[in-house]
Amino acid sequence: MSLGILALQGALQPHRQKLTALGVDVVFVRTAGEISACDGLILPGGESSTLLNLIDHYRLRDPIVAFAASRPVWGVCAGAILMAERVENPSQESLGLIPMTVRRNAYGRQNESFIAPVVFRDAGSAKTEREAVFIRAPSIIRFASSVQVLADHHGDPVALRYGSHLVTTYHPELSASDEFHALFVSLCREAVTNPASGGGRPDEVMATPN
Amino acid sequence: MDETLRLKVGLAEMLKGGVIMDVVTADHAKIAEDAGAVAVMALERVPADIRREGGVARMSDPILIEGIMNTVSIPVMAKCRIGHFAEAQILQAQGVDYIDESEVLTPADEENHVDKHAFKTPFVCGAINLGEALRRIAEGATMIRTKGEAGTGDVIEAVRHMRLIMREIKTLTLISDMELMAEAKRLQAPYELVRKVAQEGRLPVPNFAAGGLATPADASLLMQLGAEAVFVGSGIFKSEDPAKRAQAFVKAVTFYDNPSELLKISKGLGTPMSGIARNELPQEQLLASRGW
Repeated sequence: MSLGILALQGALQPHRQKLTALGVDVVFVRTAGEISACDGLILPGGESSTLLNLIDHYRLRDPIVAFAASRPVWGVCAGAILMAERVENPSQESLGLIPMTVRRNAYGRQNESFIAPVVFRDAGSAKTEREAVFIRAPSIIRFASSVQVLADHHGDPVALRYGSHLVTTYHPELSASDEFHALFVSLCREAVTNPASGGGRPDEVMATPN
Repeated sequence: MDETLRLKVGLAEMLKGGVIMDVVTADHAKIAEDAGAVAVMALERVPADIRREGGVARMSDPILIEGIMNTVSIPVMAKCRIGHFAEAQILQAQGVDYIDESEVLTPADEENHVDKHAFKTPFVCGAINLGEALRRIAEGATMIRTKGEAGTGDVIEAVRHMRLIMREIKTLTLISDMELMAEAKRLQAPYELVRKVAQEGRLPVPNFAAGGLATPADASLLMQLGAEAVFVGSGIFKSEDPAKRAQAFVKAVTFYDNPSELLKISKGLGTPMSGIARNELPQEQLLASRGW
């Protein structure tokens, strides 16, 4: 199995270090061919407007959307913005991989960046707190009922799952724990052994509720 | 590393593989953002004009910075003079995303730099060698850039600084532990930071290139020498077609190691900034010698 990190711009090395420590082969991908050869794809943190610009210039939009139809994608911060169906503050194009609306720079500028615990709840409603690094972070202001909240910060969803896709508005790659990377790796392994489990949920209604 | 430092380095991590562009108006900032800049540096005059016009160069009027902050959604940086902590306090109050304690402005203190640990807003500082980089990091800088020779369009100084920093880092990884104190003394840098660099083989904060970059090939050159992102000052808005050149820089940093892509990127960009050869400048006009 090999996992790709979209290497157009952004924080790539911290993801590579985590995944390599988990025993996974990692490739930095910049072309349609390189993307389609992977078993899972991380859209890393960076500047979403820069990433979008390069995705369009190098015609990577369709290859990423096609990839996401059958294999897991994890969007981190700027990557989460790219995965949204709609983007606000300001409004901009996105890939529409997940039925959600994201607000950019929702907490403010760099002086308002922060590190805080976020709360993960499992099915039995047991709570686990984990450190989360928020840098000029976006927030998810609306999402369809088919999207599952994995973790929240004071009620705001900060980690989500949609089919085999993951979204975090914070940066698990900048904390000591490798649990979230392990979760993504397990979703990718599952999609390799059982291709039907990969991708989002195209059978669900894609409309974001208002 | 404490939480504040982690957040400061964290933003620098997010800017890697990107281009930070000098802009003097909101219109420039919009052009930069549309071209794919990861951040803009808001200032009143680009370095080429500061050099040409002379006089004392100071922090920009906050109203200019505010106009740029209100126009773009990407991070906005601004410059304060070396050692001018009051200008830095004003920039922090304004809420800029990064402060550049810059040799491009006229220094305000001939011995001391700003105590950057005292700020919540992160700082980038210029360096011409490893010792200077580590002194700035010890003061709290969370991003280092080469000084190069700003406003010249001549890349030779940025290359000299990046090569020297990378060579000095490499040397630290090769010498024995018992030689590190003597090396710290030679570098005039804190021992603990010297030891950290020797163990990790890299600076403890992101290492960017700046000063004299004028073409996509210049960006590729610095990235291949070890830069993790680039600043372009006069090189964009002093060229014939800024929007086109800005976009070319953005692509060149992404595909810095792909010559056939760089070939496409480099075609038909119009005239670059004319520039001044660094060796034609008198010693007293060199900006890179500012900083202690």
